[in-house]
Amino acid sequence: MKKTVVELIEVAKDFDGQRALADISLTVTDGEFLSLLGPSGCGKTTLLRLIGGFEHCTSGLLRIDGQDMDRIPPEKRAVNTVFQNYALFPHMTVYDNVAFGLRMAKRSSREIRLAVTQALDMVQLSGLEQRRPAALSGGQQQRVAIARALINKPRVLLLDEPLSALDHRLRKQMQKELKQLQRALGITFILVTHDQDEAFAMSDRVVVMQAGRIEQIGTPMEIYENPVNLFVARFVGDINILDGVVVSRSGADTYHALVEGVAVTLHSRRDFLPGQQLHVLLRPEDVRLEQERDIAESRSLSAKFAQARLPGTVQRIFYHGATYDVEVMLDNGNQVQVTEFFDEDSANLSFRPGDQVALGWLQGWEVVLPHEG
Amino acid sequence: MKDNILFRKLLISGTLIWVGLLAVVPYLILLRTSFLERGGEILQAAGWSLANYTRLFSPAVFSMAVDSALLAAGTALLCLLVGYPFAYILVRSGEKAQPLLLLLVMIPFWTNSLIRTYALVIMLKADGIINSLLLRLGLIDQPLQLMYTSVAVFIGLVYTLLPFMILPLFAAFKAMDLQLIEAGRDLGAGPLQTLLRIIVPLTMPGIIAGTMLVFLPALGMFYIADILGGARSMLLGNYIRDQFLVFRDLPMGAAASVAMTVAMGILLLLYYLASRRSGGGHLK
Repeated sequence: MKKTVVELIEVAKDFDGQRALADISLTVTDGEFLSLLGPSGCGKTTLLRLIGGFEHCTSGLLRIDGQDMDRIPPEKRAVNTVFQNYALFPHMTVYDNVAFGLRMAKRSSREIRLAVTQALDMVQLSGLEQRRPAALSGGQQQRVAIARALINKPRVLLLDEPLSALDHRLRKQMQKELKQLQRALGITFILVTHDQDEAFAMSDRVVVMQAGRIEQIGTPMEIYENPVNLFVARFVGDINILDGVVVSRSGADTYHALVEGVAVTLHSRRDFLPGQQLHVLLRPEDVRLEQERDIAESRSLSAKFAQARLPGTVQRIFYHGATYDVEVMLDNGNQVQVTEFFDEDSANLSFRPGDQVALGWLQGWEVVLPHEG
Repeated sequence: MKDNILFRKLLISGTLIWVGLLAVVPYLILLRTSFLERGGEILQAAGWSLANYTRLFSPAVFSMAVDSALLAAGTALLCLLVGYPFAYILVRSGEKAQPLLLLLVMIPFWTNSLIRTYALVIMLKADGIINSLLLRLGLIDQPLQLMYTSVAVFIGLVYTLLPFMILPLFAAFKAMDLQLIEAGRDLGAGPLQTLLRIIVPLTMPGIIAGTMLVFLPALGMFYIADILGGARSMLLGNYIRDQFLVFRDLPMGAAASVAMTVAMGILLLLYYLASRRSGGGHLK
């Protein structure tokens, strides 16, 4: 069992009577890489600032290493921050920026020189010690900010959208480097981001937030494959949302239902009552798509569509290189997005606009949620 | 395009003529006059004398100049001590409060300073507001002599010049990224360390600019010393005015003016060098 580093219990935060965070309970374990993911204004940065000590909880409890952080100022917390705009001290050199934390801790100058050299080495900035931040590129400033925040060996490193100002290629590279750094140092990282790819690529666990609340906490795979509600499902990647109604239950986790007007078999561990409205969620890459006439001709193929076979017509094809997206209109007029991988045996696309097709899915790959609104 | 160039030439030459006729030429006349003997007129008298400049270092004049400089320095210091926290509060205040607070700084700024100085008389005189208040509170038995003292002149200078300190400081705070304060705290600096190592260095251009804008005028605002300080000439400005208008010693007044201008020039040069050395680069 790993040790708990940060613990929030029913934390709420108001700004001028406006609730910014509500009912936040969260436990961060030692050495974990945790992401706070959500759209802008969801409260993820406020949550980070609470942990950093720049804001104080209106109610609830915040503990770091078991110690109550109420009224503990930022300088007394074993937590350091990489700010969104880096907040490097413009009047100091790279060396002085990185050394700042150690100087505040009153370390000897020999110790400081050694640690700063190591830290700059770690972020590959050796040789730039005497530069001013203004003379560095965005990526270099980013590295200085990371080295500066890590020099005091914090228990937790807070990162507030640190990569958002970098271009796509550099961002990908920094994602990898940050992840490697975190593994090598074993320090707990808490990253705020609105970018689902970034959160998934780097994190052990992701906290999805919306409107000041936590919607779901889980591993990237859990969040992607088993979203607990439509918001989470829509926020992380593309998804098809089909409407249905329960007809009857057969067995512990099997239901007969009408989905988009077609009788299907559904699997879910949730409890539904006959007559209950529901959503069936399918990732585009989880949808199985075949030509109607192929299914009619092949017994094994039709067996794969036994539990669900929704008829439709191919509307448009979008080519993406390794994959292609097929836009299908179901017979009741609703649209479904399907991602297909290229068939290795054939150079041609398997589908053309106008094709009569059937949609299905592998047993258990559908996510069934109660109807929302 | 051609019109544009013509327009620019007109504009620039107009400005040059304006500055030349109304600033450079008079100043050259002043400079020339400062080397004349007493009673000399620039158009007739000849010769070059350093007598006036030597007189500047006579004990009476020199100690007056030192006192004036000390008074101006004290004014700048008090303005800084009051203005610095105020400018910080100003930049931190909300969208609604900030324009209001700025207006409070600007209103006296826009009011004629003679009127404001006479208003101070009402505050400071023996039966004035301050004395009657203190008497009524029982803090003093008889009225304090505030008027016609250097304290009154000091109060008048601070009051008049405070906006000149606050505005550059406000600009410096505005140019500073306030998140740097959080970054300092985050890295273990307490409030005092954050102030000394981050806030003060980053607002140094504002501190220097404000100090200059207060110190230099405080040497010369003779009417404040006249109204609040009485007959004694306390400021360099009074001395110069008296040489010109009371004693009619034009060359001596000119020499004092030139000396004061040179002193100011040296200070401005130091300011320029300091602002260049402090990197300038960090003010994006």
